[in-house]
Amino acid sequence: MSVPFLADMLRIRRLEEKCAELYGAGKIRGFLHLYIGEEAVAAGAMPALEPQDNVVATYREHGHALLRGVPMGAILAEMYGKQEGCSRGRGGSMHLFDAGRRFYGGNAIVGGGLPIAVGLGLADALRGENRVTACFFGEGAVAEGAFHESLNLAQLWRLPVAFFCENNLYAMGTALARSESQTDLCAKAASYGTTALKADGMDVVAVHDAAQRACAQVREGKGPVFVEFQTYRFRAHSMFDPELYRDKAEVEEWKKRGPIHSYTARLKAMGELTEEQFLELDGAAMQEVEQAVAFAEAGTWEPVADLARDLHTP
Amino acid sequence: MTITYREALRQGLREALAGDPRVFLMGEDVGKYGGTYAVSKGLLEEFGPQRVRDTPLSELGFVGAGVGAALGGMRPIVEVMTVNFSLLALDPIVNSAALLRHMSGGQLSVPLVIRMCTGAGRQLAAQHSHSLEGWYAHVPGIKVVAPATVEDAHGMLGAALADPDPVVVFEYPALFETKGEPASGKVDIASSKLRRPGSRVTLVTYGACLPKAMKAAEEVDGEVIDLRVLRPLDMAPVLESLKKTRRAVVVDENWRSGSLAAEVMARIMEQGFYDLDAPVARVCSEEVPVPYARHLEEAALPQPEKIVAAVKGLFA
Repeated sequence: MSVPFLADMLRIRRLEEKCAELYGAGKIRGFLHLYIGEEAVAAGAMPALEPQDNVVATYREHGHALLRGVPMGAILAEMYGKQEGCSRGRGGSMHLFDAGRRFYGGNAIVGGGLPIAVGLGLADALRGENRVTACFFGEGAVAEGAFHESLNLAQLWRLPVAFFCENNLYAMGTALARSESQTDLCAKAASYGTTALKADGMDVVAVHDAAQRACAQVREGKGPVFVEFQTYRFRAHSMFDPELYRDKAEVEEWKKRGPIHSYTARLKAMGELTEEQFLELDGAAMQEVEQAVAFAEAGTWEPVADLARDLHTP
Repeated sequence: MTITYREALRQGLREALAGDPRVFLMGEDVGKYGGTYAVSKGLLEEFGPQRVRDTPLSELGFVGAGVGAALGGMRPIVEVMTVNFSLLALDPIVNSAALLRHMSGGQLSVPLVIRMCTGAGRQLAAQHSHSLEGWYAHVPGIKVVAPATVEDAHGMLGAALADPDPVVVFEYPALFETKGEPASGKVDIASSKLRRPGSRVTLVTYGACLPKAMKAAEEVDGEVIDLRVLRPLDMAPVLESLKKTRRAVVVDENWRSGSLAAEVMARIMEQGFYDLDAPVARVCSEEVPVPYARHLEEAALPQPEKIVAAVKGLFA
């Protein structure tokens, strides 16, 4: 049990609520995929990683970038398209990068990050580096060949990769059971001989325990581990989604298990958190968001003359 | 001492592996089998299985892993057996390798070399005979090279590895038995080169069409330019030659529509129009899948006779 988990989840939640608002105001354009409801996964998994580890994420990666240490202002400025953004405004919401923090994106091709994670793991194995590559992806990716090829390669070569599958039950609008003949994701991973764990992705403590177990095994050189985090997206897939594919009642049912209020209640029941302390954490998160908005607003547009910059390494 | 194109490729690989501990070779049957075309024969024994790494038939997976390994500080050489199979790996090449530097705002580099055999002419039928250099050359963020001589087959790999960004190297089995001198020093991957002086017409080509153009040039007093590097194109020697010959034929094994030849012709129009005495012509592959039967395959591909006929058409 720890208060930092809660603080981290609140930071993601408050940031993304603001993102939705800014999208409505036209400050953020393009695709915007919110992580709201799934915060316990990033909040529980990220603290299991060390600074030397690698992180590969998807287009629903605001929370992962934030908890990896990318400043909130740089994330928001990126969504604004400003050159103070963490990808100089070239990437937007789906392509957050931070090479210094070994945060390798922001991959918006479903399953596209998995082979890259395998390669990062291969490089570390060949160089004798003691790193874990944590690869986050949604359950939709398990339908891609990239998932199967990557699991096979990682297991075959015993590479130090932690495959963190965020199963939110819907690949855009397609429910798992409507797209997969085998809906037990761990069975798929286990078919490659890969250690496969399941964890309640709405419970930040359960997520953290599973992520730590996975990373410990990877760090010991015992090869990759697959973890399925069972979670749920409270908001639409993106800002263009009318949500025709799921019942409102189902969403409401999952919201009862919301990771933030359920964890808050647990901390309070255990006497580790008062309402006052909660409000303090929440206030700090909101203040960080306001500062990030100010940073993004004050940001500047990259000159059009620089359009072709960074096509090749100088 | 003359060696074959195949030996030159092997020599380039051996030097790369010996010269930099970050370099490793990975691909289907590159190790125990010795390479589909015996290019990497002996390298597994010499450098061991960590650095000469056999992969499963997972083009998407291992090319993507090449991208990741390059990000992780290695200098991978990924061999995709042939361009035909590279279609299974277009995602990591086009969506990752080519985009990562720009999309990350200049934070990342992908020093990855992807080698693949290409071209028709050996009765391997439609699924093993593609020429798609133009597709790859279409994509900003990658460089594309096409060694057509023993010297380039030997030296271009080193130049590609020295490049901090992704480079796709096309290799031509139709040229594997060609003999010539290996590179004596560094070769560049920036320029096109004059291969034969002539006065009546400029023949612009690359890859396996080079010897065909050279043969045709003897008959028509042609000046032959080998493009060598397909992205970025170096048009300077072409434009220089046009000032003398005032006529050009582009010879390219790509299908005609949307071919690399089309791009070369467009650039001649943009940059050399007033030096022309006749429209630019091209000899490309016929727009059919490459057939198996020898006579049909020959009819589908650029041939010296077709090049000669195209040149004569410019003087008609």
